[in-house]
Amino acid sequence: MLNWFGALLASICLLLGHPAQAQERFITVASTTSTQDSGLFDHLLPLFTQKTGIQVRVVAQGTGQALDTARRGDADVVFVHAKSQEEKFVEEGYGLKRFAVMYNDFVLIGPASDPAKINGVKDIATALQTIASKGSAFVSRGDRSGTHAAELALWKAVGIDPAKTQGGSPNWYREIGQGMGAALNTAMAMEAYVLSDRATWLSFKNKGTLQISVEGDARLFNQYGVMLVNPAKHPHVKAKDGQAFVDWLVSTEGQAAIGQYKIDGKQLFFANAAQQGA
Amino acid sequence: MDDASPFMAALTLILRLDPAFLSIVGLSLRVTLTAVCLAALIGLPLGALLAVSRFRGRSVVIVAINALMGLPPVVVGLTFFLLLSRSGPLGSFGLLFTPSAMIIAQASLVLPIVIALTRQTVEDLWANYREYLLSIGMGPKQAIMTLLWDARFSLATALLAGFGRATAEVGAVLIVGGNIAGVTRMMTTAIALETSKGDLALALGLGIILVGITLLVNALAFGMSRIGVRHAG
Repeated sequence: MLNWFGALLASICLLLGHPAQAQERFITVASTTSTQDSGLFDHLLPLFTQKTGIQVRVVAQGTGQALDTARRGDADVVFVHAKSQEEKFVEEGYGLKRFAVMYNDFVLIGPASDPAKINGVKDIATALQTIASKGSAFVSRGDRSGTHAAELALWKAVGIDPAKTQGGSPNWYREIGQGMGAALNTAMAMEAYVLSDRATWLSFKNKGTLQISVEGDARLFNQYGVMLVNPAKHPHVKAKDGQAFVDWLVSTEGQAAIGQYKIDGKQLFFANAAQQGA
Repeated sequence: MDDASPFMAALTLILRLDPAFLSIVGLSLRVTLTAVCLAALIGLPLGALLAVSRFRGRSVVIVAINALMGLPPVVVGLTFFLLLSRSGPLGSFGLLFTPSAMIIAQASLVLPIVIALTRQTVEDLWANYREYLLSIGMGPKQAIMTLLWDARFSLATALLAGFGRATAEVGAVLIVGGNIAGVTRMMTTAIALETSKGDLALALGLGIILVGITLLVNALAFGMSRIGVRHAG
């Protein structure tokens, strides 16, 4: 009786464990939470798959983690937003040529009550200095993502090291080590300020009392780049199909598709592959 | 959460029978049930063997396995991530970010539960029937089979405990699966994703459905064991 039962169990295991569909033609892309959470991929990928028959599997992580995933050889393409980290990645030989794809911008989000009184300030440096001096709550991604890197660069530019003020009183700078959406959820619950990319902000559904405090400063520019993982480092990289995706993103067709993606009539990303030095 | 309640979100998902949603539910069930199945295949005999055998260091093994029931999923996930990554020792199989990787990780989480609970159940029976089974000249292998069969209803509960651990878990499958839409996105990872998108109604709606599915599986198991008891009695 038990032998029979064991055999049954084993056959269920095999049946369930066996992949139902045949091997598809696919590439793995390590990308950022902003491109996924904003819904851009849901818009772009079906268009690419329809044209080429190549499925795109997106693993959404912070920029730093996405680059690490690619360094380990667990992705064919990286599509992220931290130019200096991307250039380092290419210099180290892990990536082939980097292509600029598109940009959007960062916005400083804050509670409607505006405890630091910075609403309408045009200069991001002034706004951050005011937040620090008043000790208003500020949520940091703290996850080595592109947005985290941009935030740290902004603090550095105004000569404040928020990490050093941590634990002091008042403990206003809060690193959560999570993605953009989680940071916005936290800021909403804590009535805190937070730096977000505009795309995630526009598509975010739990805004509550949060609103844009500061926007439009040239220093809030946010550039995205894409590159194929170097097949010389990782021979299993699907170079042909991966490059097809990179080429499509910077092609006239891909660039137009990026520009067409809108939420509530607002364009989220601006294609700029042709721009020199982007 | 202004315009949609979680219950409405759950109901809409179910009624619409959206293929993306169905694939998430299907993958959740497939991964979790396979993991429990594998853990049962290995854990039931091992647990019973541990119950009836006596050797030096047995207590240490028992304590270790009991402790492993509390293994943090995120640690299991990270371990298998490093093992299965292309740069890891098992990288050449290309299993990272596939359902197989999620099955392996979940099976490892469920296995200690199955072994530990089987060991306890069978050991209690063994204490009662040891002399009888030995007196009718039964060998150890046969004795284990008899005890496992005799304890089948209690062991079903052990498997359900394992199933519960696997369905509720998000840390391990998120790391080794990568939450890829249509490939490795399960109920729990989808809930985490919708939460991060700020769509709390949809996230909670998915949560309600997940609890419903767990309830259904448990009800099925309970019904089957009832029928089993009636036939056995």
